[in-house]
Amino acid sequence: MSSAGRHGNGVRSDCRIRFDADASGVQIDIQSKVKSLYGRQIEEQIRDDLKRMGLQKARITIEDAGALPFALSARLETAVRRAGVTVKSPACPEQRIQPEASPKQRLRRSRLYLPGNLPHLLINAALHEADGVILDLEDSVSAGEKDAARVMVRNALLAVDFADCERMVRINQLPMGLEDLEWVIPYGAQLILLPKCQHADQVRQVVEKIDALDPGYPVWIMPVIETTLGCFHALDIATASDRVASLTLGLQDYLADLGVPQTPEGRESLWAKSQVVNAARAAGLGASDAVYTDVSDADGLRQYALQARQLGYEGMGCIHPRQIKTVHEVFRPSRDEIDRAQAALRAYDQGVAQGTGVTAVDSKMVDAPIVKSAQKIVDLAVKLGLLDADWRTRDNRSRT
Amino acid sequence: MNPKPVNWIENAAGRRVPDRVNGEPVVPFQGVGKYKPQGRTAGRPIRVCQDYPGDGDKRAPDLKTALQRCGLKDGMTISTHHHFRDGDLIANQVFDICADLGLRDLRWFPSAAFPCHAPLIRHLDSGVIHHIEGSMNGPLGDYCSRGHMNGAAVLRSHGGRWQALQDGEVHIDVAVLAAPCADAFGNCNGSDGPSACGPLGYAEADAQFADHVIVVTDHPVPFPCTPWQIPGQLVDYVVVTDRIGIPEKILSGTTQLTKSPDRLRTAELIVRFAEAAGLIRDGFSFQTGAGGTSLAVAHDLSAMMKEKQITASFYLGGSHALPVQMMQEGLIRAIIDIQAFDLEAVRSARDNRNHISCGPFITYNDHGKGNLNSLTDIAVLGATEVDVEFNANVVTHSDGRLMHGIGGWQNCVHAKTTVLAVPSFRDRMPVIVDRVTTLSGPGELIDVVATERGLCINPRRTDLLQAVKGSGLPVIDIHDLHRTVLEICGGPPDPPKLTDQLIAVVKWVDGTVLDSVFGISRKV
Repeated sequence: MSSAGRHGNGVRSDCRIRFDADASGVQIDIQSKVKSLYGRQIEEQIRDDLKRMGLQKARITIEDAGALPFALSARLETAVRRAGVTVKSPACPEQRIQPEASPKQRLRRSRLYLPGNLPHLLINAALHEADGVILDLEDSVSAGEKDAARVMVRNALLAVDFADCERMVRINQLPMGLEDLEWVIPYGAQLILLPKCQHADQVRQVVEKIDALDPGYPVWIMPVIETTLGCFHALDIATASDRVASLTLGLQDYLADLGVPQTPEGRESLWAKSQVVNAARAAGLGASDAVYTDVSDADGLRQYALQARQLGYEGMGCIHPRQIKTVHEVFRPSRDEIDRAQAALRAYDQGVAQGTGVTAVDSKMVDAPIVKSAQKIVDLAVKLGLLDADWRTRDNRSRT
Repeated sequence: MNPKPVNWIENAAGRRVPDRVNGEPVVPFQGVGKYKPQGRTAGRPIRVCQDYPGDGDKRAPDLKTALQRCGLKDGMTISTHHHFRDGDLIANQVFDICADLGLRDLRWFPSAAFPCHAPLIRHLDSGVIHHIEGSMNGPLGDYCSRGHMNGAAVLRSHGGRWQALQDGEVHIDVAVLAAPCADAFGNCNGSDGPSACGPLGYAEADAQFADHVIVVTDHPVPFPCTPWQIPGQLVDYVVVTDRIGIPEKILSGTTQLTKSPDRLRTAELIVRFAEAAGLIRDGFSFQTGAGGTSLAVAHDLSAMMKEKQITASFYLGGSHALPVQMMQEGLIRAIIDIQAFDLEAVRSARDNRNHISCGPFITYNDHGKGNLNSLTDIAVLGATEVDVEFNANVVTHSDGRLMHGIGGWQNCVHAKTTVLAVPSFRDRMPVIVDRVTTLSGPGELIDVVATERGLCINPRRTDLLQAVKGSGLPVIDIHDLHRTVLEICGGPPDPPKLTDQLIAVVKWVDGTVLDSVFGISRKV
């Protein structure tokens, strides 16, 4: 007898599933707040999933608080695995979209951290329009739930619509993180946050593992520098592989390493922040700052973000959707970025007019992902009043 | 009780409704604004002052004596009001006394019922109460949905309750009005005393139309009680008791600003929409209620009004601290209020002459000489379901179970622009549906459905669709949103499993029958 998932006071969009292999045939007992609406569908799904996992005998008890199908399958598979059963094939939901690479240099002003084991926070995460969503397997998941979070994150990557957000996953520290990759790389992850990164070799291990899993497109890496040693190795880390797209840092662990508390002025982390952003720029990459941990302090957040921007950061982490708007206000696209995006779109328009699919600006190829990201920057610039909506016809330059 | 057979008719909204409810003939819904009854309004019997104490002291020793003196008989109608919400201590006592007196087949006609009224189930079981006509939520809703009540519930809006009394559809034999402050003549208000609840708007109808009126208070004051919202001229007996309500439950915690990111987003979209549509201008009026999303709307609206230096002409209550603060800051000229949701609103209604306490006749009644709701520029309301025709349900859940009262909802949808703030789905329950389980308000009165995924604008409102063009707001066709919701929830849900027992009808604001509610299968 094993179980997975959560049920009880305050739990929503999740369920607890108990699994017992000691049964004659398949028996399913469902208690659900949506039983009259979806009881039949829940039972059908459980039967299908069991068949796929290769189980003919199972006694299943479900206490459901409105879990969506992808979460239901995840809890079932976790319960089955926890019983020590080897599953024939996993209870994956259907893949919503054909995954593809994100542009390496895409807009990364904000990335929203989402605990990987809490499905109710994953479902609508993209609505808040962060540039990236991070399905977290590391610090927001307790040691005993790492297995459940892997299954949940995999199913969410397949089934949840993350819209235009870059699909990021924060894996655990190596070596556990290498195993995490098996659960996310084949399922649409576009960027991996590598926590507690101290050595270039760790980046190479991750790249090697990703290549072995062969996702069919480059998956970017954002090493998280959170130790003093990591800070000293920042340039090595940034240049360890061309898959590194950006650097970021984790302040809580860094300050623990340094042995000092965090202050509002942030003098204690100034060196680390400068070091990381400079290493990133030296490697031709962008850098993204850590998170601001007081969700209710909007002024503090703005100050923090302004300081990061002054230091050269292009974005930062968010731990709550309400931080995103402020962060976006602070990290507006630069004039340079807008000019480049305009050039790319003009080249593309010209290419289309001449009947060629692919075109170039200077020596750089302009293809669909570049156009998409350029369009996003231009749209944003127009939205922010940095560029007139009719820039194409007026041939004006952006204002800053 | 019902010897004549019931015929079933399809009404103008395409809903199957009976022509008789609890033995009484009823009129099916005929379309918005179509049904216009003739005649004179109902009234109470003429009384003469010689029959009342010359010294003005109408006190009875206790509630039981007062009820007996009213001449209570089997089958009569007793009313109470809901200003104490889940902290009401009076309604249950009334029916305990009725049970002691051996009465049967009474009709309870509250302005709303709450979970604290669950003890009345035993009086429904024993036959002391035949049926309830008022909101059916919590345990009473569940009891009714399972088909246990002897008669069918009749669900009305706050305005519809006044209309039913005024048009003579319902006659109250005895009204028992809990009053936080009263004198021995029966003059009373809701502003003072340990159980202060603010305006006594809902009780005004009972006081005017009942044959007998009993005022119960735990804060007797010497004559004259000032101000009096209900004059003692309408009151037969006054009963002084220890406690009429539980203050912390009277002022319910509904007025918390939401922390839910999805709801905050919905609220932000609504305010941006209102701005883009040109609805926020000097002298505009609004009603946002006290739910989490509504409160966030008022909060954002307040910031925008300050920035643009705009003043609203009025806010339609129930009120709470936020509109009160806005009035103090000069952002709102007046609050028109039936009930208070917190102490700030109670205080403001007592101390501020621009905070008008009134009953649903003024604010909500369809059969009056004008309609404050149709004067209101924007109303932001909720719903349990909305369908692709913009029809909305506020009384049952998708499984058919009675869950909520109509409140002022049906009245408020007459605003110039009605916005329903709803999630597109709750957990795995689609809120945007193909066809609402129970119709509470016709889609032609719903202008915008605001969800975390964007705004659906009723195609009838071409003006609004035009106004928001180029605003960058996420405007979605409601059919597309419906498809998205079904995709997320894993396909269409099964239809609710219902019995063929009529357990309630939903009345429209004009007294016609808008929809029927059937029992839920007991196996569920």
